Amino acid sequence: MIESLKYIPQPKATNEELAGHFTDLAPPLNARQAAIESSRCLYCYDAPCTRICPTSIDVASFIRNIHEKNVNGAAVTILQQNILGGSCSRVCPTEVLCEDACVRNHDAEGQPVKIGLLQRFALDNATLDGHPFKRAPSTGKKIAVVGAGPAGLSCAHRLAMLGNDVVIFEAHDKSGGLNEYGIAKYKLTDNFAQKEVDFLLGIGGIEVRHGQKLGDNVHLKELHAQYDAVFLGLGLGASRALGLTGEDAPGLMAAVEYIAELRQADDLSKLPVPRRAIVIGAGNTAIDMAVQIQRLGAEEVTMVYRRGFDAMSATHHEQDIAKANQVRMLTWAQPQQVLLDEAGRVRGMRFERTALDGARMVGTGLTFELQADAVFKAIGQAMESAALADPLAAMLKRDGDKIHVDDAFRTILPGIYAGGDCVSLGQDLTVQAVEHGKRAAMAIHSDIQAKKGAAKWPT
Amino acid sequence: MADLSINFCGIKAPNPFWLASAPPTDKAYNVIRAFEAGWGGVVWKTLGEDPPPVNVSSRYSATYGKNREVIGFNNIELITDRSLELNLQEITEVKKAWPDRAIVVSLMLPCEEQAWADILPRVEATGADGIELNFGCPHGMPERGMGSAVGQVPEYVEQVTAWCKKHTKLPVIVKLTPNITDIRRPARAAKAGGADAVSLINTINSITSLDLDKMVAYPNVGGASTHGGYCGPAVKPVALNMVAEIARDPETHGLPISGIGGIGNWKDAAEFIALGAGCVQVCTAAMLHGFRIVQEMKDGLERWMDSKGYNTLDDFMGKAVQNTTDWKFLNMNYKSIAHINQDDCIKCGRCYVACEDTSHQSIFQLVDEATGTRTYKVNDDECVGCNLCEITCPVQGCITMVAVPTGKPYMNWTQDPRNPRAEIKETA
Repeated sequence: MIESLKYIPQPKATNEELAGHFTDLAPPLNARQAAIESSRCLYCYDAPCTRICPTSIDVASFIRNIHEKNVNGAAVTILQQNILGGSCSRVCPTEVLCEDACVRNHDAEGQPVKIGLLQRFALDNATLDGHPFKRAPSTGKKIAVVGAGPAGLSCAHRLAMLGNDVVIFEAHDKSGGLNEYGIAKYKLTDNFAQKEVDFLLGIGGIEVRHGQKLGDNVHLKELHAQYDAVFLGLGLGASRALGLTGEDAPGLMAAVEYIAELRQADDLSKLPVPRRAIVIGAGNTAIDMAVQIQRLGAEEVTMVYRRGFDAMSATHHEQDIAKANQVRMLTWAQPQQVLLDEAGRVRGMRFERTALDGARMVGTGLTFELQADAVFKAIGQAMESAALADPLAAMLKRDGDKIHVDDAFRTILPGIYAGGDCVSLGQDLTVQAVEHGKRAAMAIHSDIQAKKGAAKWPT
Repeated sequence: MADLSINFCGIKAPNPFWLASAPPTDKAYNVIRAFEAGWGGVVWKTLGEDPPPVNVSSRYSATYGKNREVIGFNNIELITDRSLELNLQEITEVKKAWPDRAIVVSLMLPCEEQAWADILPRVEATGADGIELNFGCPHGMPERGMGSAVGQVPEYVEQVTAWCKKHTKLPVIVKLTPNITDIRRPARAAKAGGADAVSLINTINSITSLDLDKMVAYPNVGGASTHGGYCGPAVKPVALNMVAEIARDPETHGLPISGIGGIGNWKDAAEFIALGAGCVQVCTAAMLHGFRIVQEMKDGLERWMDSKGYNTLDDFMGKAVQNTTDWKFLNMNYKSIAHINQDDCIKCGRCYVACEDTSHQSIFQLVDEATGTRTYKVNDDECVGCNLCEITCPVQGCITMVAVPTGKPYMNWTQDPRNPRAEIKETA
């Protein structure tokens, strides 16, 4: 139940009708489409798609395998670089990664190979006999991973593969992190996040303990003492505040919290859906929020952003999704005041027009008001301060509020590593979190083995 | 517009596009549809002695390209499975209705003079324009002593050709099998027997692919298969070479040739004609796309001829024969090197890896440290002009082979001082 919106009416449509609005945004390729699309790949050497992929998936190789009807081979090629290749094939902004780099995106053709959909085809259609990877002989080492999001899961899987045992500490009831709680429902349909977690855990040697929250009932100091190493894949649990009076008023909430409720809802018709909604921000979360509330039946959805379209962190592809869903996008305006009715509930918002003064964005003093029944803020996420409050955690070097790591994902504290959205490297993409976890696992493994004086795992 | 009409060894047709002896020419219904579509002639599917053979079920198979386009086609069908009488009657009717089109009748009979002596007057009586001797069929019929079993023995070729010339006034075209070491031998034999023309190639012995679950090749006839005859685009290079071999052989030079093998468009046809063919025969392309393809073939050929100033096919027929020679006469002093047009390059790296792994390490991969952008440049000093990079490049025209003046005169291998057996002589 969403406390902040409990007075807002529920949709008139039934759960079944609403569920119809949350089917696959990009339907999967069928076998014939995959055959045609895979034939378009030029099998580049030193391929730009692979170079740009944060997890370095051998794209040309897996597409050639698809074309040669070796779908299982294609799937394993993907998974050995990216164990969460299934969710990445659905949520990756391929339009700025592999498909942007594809040589067929050249001016002369302008039609990149549909790499994301082919990756999904391979993983959806593989018929693997059990888990595709075997664990190396046991090292006798046990590593604690905090957070069962993409970074933590990826790290745990690679550690287990290298012969280590892993315990994952997860605050939520389910594993998956943002794949389970944060991504738009129409991007990860059919309970995919849980299926992928089950597949990943199939390697063995990984125990997941739910309801374990760092800084609450789990403390870094203890983990550090009890385990051979600790990986922090904390994510960014706190939503940034607007810093305005009335921020806690009923009717105003963080977009990620609404999306989490939406993703977990068994009955979509029980969700509160405002008739008019404002979404503040212009990242992919803002778009996910705006589009989903519109699909739930909101009549007027306005995204407001303080800069122009070019500065939006949401990709053009994401912006197009918003436009296709009749989301109104207002640029060059910043929130100035939350407007409340007599009952103290949100009734709208006053914005100030902004402009560029040289390179600096400034308020122009011109204001306007937008009426709304609810306001969702999606202006970025930050570290939950309580997570790193214990004395040991307090010693971690930070970059802003994020954890400082070296290029092997070591924090400044020996034996403690971190990756995913909570570190300062990267742009908070799922695929980057997967790579962080994978590389941190390799660093953890090799650091432990080096300390032991044993030979390193052959690379 | 250019004039496409031909007079091929005395057989006239409004254009050089004929349908080869095959399923598309098995009966009047198909042939009439072909003539309505605009084909210049047909070679009626091979007639034999009654009773006609019986075909099996599951008859064709294919080799595919990346987009499931058919690259090669394989069949195990026999000659016509309809009665001789019915075929002769239909040929008579169709020729009467379409007097301006060429109808050539394909024949296959045992190597007995009487068999040929009996059938030829009946074929002549249909009004057909000529006969084609099927010495090429590589599957089924050779097991009965006919088809390529005849074509592979030059003495038989000459003998049967001579019988035909003796028993009919119609032009005799001898269809050759490519399943032989030297195509010039049966061509010379055909000429010696008095043939008015040769046609080639017939199909090549083939197994296209296997069903790896059932461990049987395609086409699968109840769990077993047999080799078939291969045709389609894949065989065109084999056919062009064999046509050229006959065209430039002093013994057969000037013998009319009907070119067959993988012809699917006007350009294929022009290539056969440039190597000496006087008409072309098409089958696979029509079987895959229908008879309508002749429309684009005629239009394309006419427009190309117009653009080159060729008024008739004779104007370019055999024009490439003089430029087709033995390796030893190629110019050792000619040099070409690859050039990559950087504006067209899409940076796929295929030229680089092909040259680096399998050829002469003559392409540099230059990496811009700042952007990671790859640039591919030819090492002019090392490039031997092999064409591999041009061939593997997915962008047509991006890599071109540029002739480099060496300032040296023509010198072939027979004159080359590096040749231990050089016959160094002054060229006249």
